[in-house]
Amino acid sequence: MSTKQMTGAEMVVQALTDQGVDTLFGYPGGAVLPIYDAIFQQEKLRHVLVRHEQGAVHAAEGYARSTGKVGCVLVTSGPGATNAVTGLTDALMDSIPLVCITGQVPTHLIGSDAFQEADTIGITRHCTKHNYLVKRIEDLPRILHEAFLIASSGRPGPVLVDIPKDIQFKAGEYYKPADNIHKTYRPRIEGDHDKVKAAVALIAGARKPVFYTGGGVVNAGPRAAALLREFARLTGYPVTSTLMGLGAYPAADPQWLGMLGMHGTYEANMAMHDCDVLINIGARFDDRITGRIDAFSPHSRKIHVDIDPSSINKNVKVDIGIVGDCAHVLDQMLAAWRETKPTTDKPALKSWWGEIEGWRQRKSLAYRKSDENIKPQYAIERLYQLTKDRDVYITTEVGQHQMWAAQHFHFQEPNRWMTSGGLGTMGYGLPAAIGAQLAHPDALVIDIAGEASIQMMMQEMSTAVQYRLPVKVFILNNEYMGMVRQWQELLHGGRYSESYSAALPDFVKLAEAYGGVGIRCSKPGDLDGAIKEMINSPHPVIFDCHVDKSENCFPMIPSGKAHNEMILGDAAVDIGSVIDAKGKQLV
Amino acid sequence: MTGSAYFMTSTAEAIETHTLVVEVDNEPGVLARVVGLFSGRGYNIESLTVSETQHAEHVSRITVVTTGTKSVIEQIKAQLDRLVPVHKVVDLTETGKALERELMLIKVRGGGDHRAEALRIADAFRARVIDATVESFVFEITGRGEKLDQFIELMRPIGLVEVSRTGIAAMPRGPEGL
Repeated sequence: MSTKQMTGAEMVVQALTDQGVDTLFGYPGGAVLPIYDAIFQQEKLRHVLVRHEQGAVHAAEGYARSTGKVGCVLVTSGPGATNAVTGLTDALMDSIPLVCITGQVPTHLIGSDAFQEADTIGITRHCTKHNYLVKRIEDLPRILHEAFLIASSGRPGPVLVDIPKDIQFKAGEYYKPADNIHKTYRPRIEGDHDKVKAAVALIAGARKPVFYTGGGVVNAGPRAAALLREFARLTGYPVTSTLMGLGAYPAADPQWLGMLGMHGTYEANMAMHDCDVLINIGARFDDRITGRIDAFSPHSRKIHVDIDPSSINKNVKVDIGIVGDCAHVLDQMLAAWRETKPTTDKPALKSWWGEIEGWRQRKSLAYRKSDENIKPQYAIERLYQLTKDRDVYITTEVGQHQMWAAQHFHFQEPNRWMTSGGLGTMGYGLPAAIGAQLAHPDALVIDIAGEASIQMMMQEMSTAVQYRLPVKVFILNNEYMGMVRQWQELLHGGRYSESYSAALPDFVKLAEAYGGVGIRCSKPGDLDGAIKEMINSPHPVIFDCHVDKSENCFPMIPSGKAHNEMILGDAAVDIGSVIDAKGKQLV
Repeated sequence: MTGSAYFMTSTAEAIETHTLVVEVDNEPGVLARVVGLFSGRGYNIESLTVSETQHAEHVSRITVVTTGTKSVIEQIKAQLDRLVPVHKVVDLTETGKALERELMLIKVRGGGDHRAEALRIADAFRARVIDATVESFVFEITGRGEKLDQFIELMRPIGLVEVSRTGIAAMPRGPEGL
């Protein structure tokens, strides 16, 4: 194994380039000056300067989710590291592979309350998949490469490497480890063969099946999405997905039921409730999906494919739990299917699709159109229609606009949809769009935002302008924290406590102040023209779309209710006795 | 109208006590990682001992006694197993009647009949006297947790001053290693 003498700072740059990294998001500071010096003196690694360390982590997340690669972050000690905590927690919740390098005060000053010192390892121990403090230069090469291995294998996640400044200055032997194996961390990739066979038999014998897919399919790579489509085609079974899994299965396909969960479609949630075989591929039975656990999918036998053994039987007891990577297990299932050539119950399936069609007729995503003001759902629909023939990537912030985007924007491919699902971090969308745009310079990247969320990481507009990234920030401006207001309306007697957006900036002037383009639209008739103007601009754009202030996001399964107790909006078609008295609409 | 998922209590499964042995890389912070996992997820630690067992391979052994329902215990094991520095998690309570021992130092103060009584009880429990003054003793005693609890209760009316316990060391019977 060849070794080379270099400083710790040079080792960081070398290890990143050896790992195939070409883009790094970061912000300098005293404790990382040696690394920034090394970056300055080379050309292979491009550093993108953000305006807040949280933006660096979200940008790396957007980069990672849109490419499948590991996102890289470099921040300084103390406040640099603590500013990154929200982003790291977000990546942990949504299983995004990241390597975050933080500077640290010199080893002899650790524990002395030095300037810009923080117990980074202690603080991030439980918001990262793993973290390291490098105390000796001899350990640095191994740790850097190990960080990439851990971030990207098994269930992906953020790994933090804390490097004291004196280690960055010190010289040592750099090497790239020959093998890619960790001595204790060996996640299981192949599913248990007997369980796969049992699952396939159960799937074949189903009379009311449903595929419940999630972010795990996206994380397992494009091959997993391709295999899922093949399996769905082979079986003819309906497919639904969580928020994090959108795009793994094409929305245009007739077998697509729409997203499920708290704001999922009526047909997806009813199918989950009434099914007899539930096939979970790469989802984790999150509470936004299950609603009341004791009433969740009460009549079904459940199969759960997940790479994380602790996810299986955590919230919902399943009948067949298969630990493994989605792509591998789907491959095994398809092989088992082809080998055993089972027959499916075609008449039962036909009748099941008939039921599903009945549920689809309720048109649960319908909304009352208006000629006077722009309905937020209409804005998303028009945005989708005017961009669907393009190479488009969508990020979102958090709230009602996020749910409307998930409902009314339709994804045909994975890695096109970047959103903060598990942690629900407002401010995620703009930096994530920056990360996605850097990874795909020629694509159209749109951050669908709310006017409250966008203010949280607004300073990243400067990053977009600096690097000439033509991201489009499409703000659904209803002058409220919409989702909070909706819950206050439905559950807290309409007491809108602190959910009003006061003192909003003039977003058009704000865009121009940053050096971007600002567009405002408040009439439905003007919307198409304004959207086209936004798309055709070669500059970063803030689009201030004034929408109806009182629109609520439906369907909604209020927390603690079951799937068949969802509230539908008043525009949905009421087919009499489909829901029983207990599940009737509340508003 | 709550019925929120956050207020749901789990169904009535029996609470069990399990002794887990966790073999880990002896790296700085690994104990903080394990303990933080328990506190972060609201799991219970009844007793915890840790020390290095294989110096050359930098391996440590953490023995933790925890209580919870069967599902919670399964989750605890799965969560421990997915920590990067963890080699192995073994549930000694599940694998069979394992050996468990704990060491205790106990200080007892009294005169006259109490002193004699203390020595008689210590003798019955095979405790050793490691410190003696005219009015006090310090006993050293090893055994299962219940035996130590019983000893404490017997010393209480005599004049219990102070107790220091190590926590449980555990090992399965038979010739096989972990």
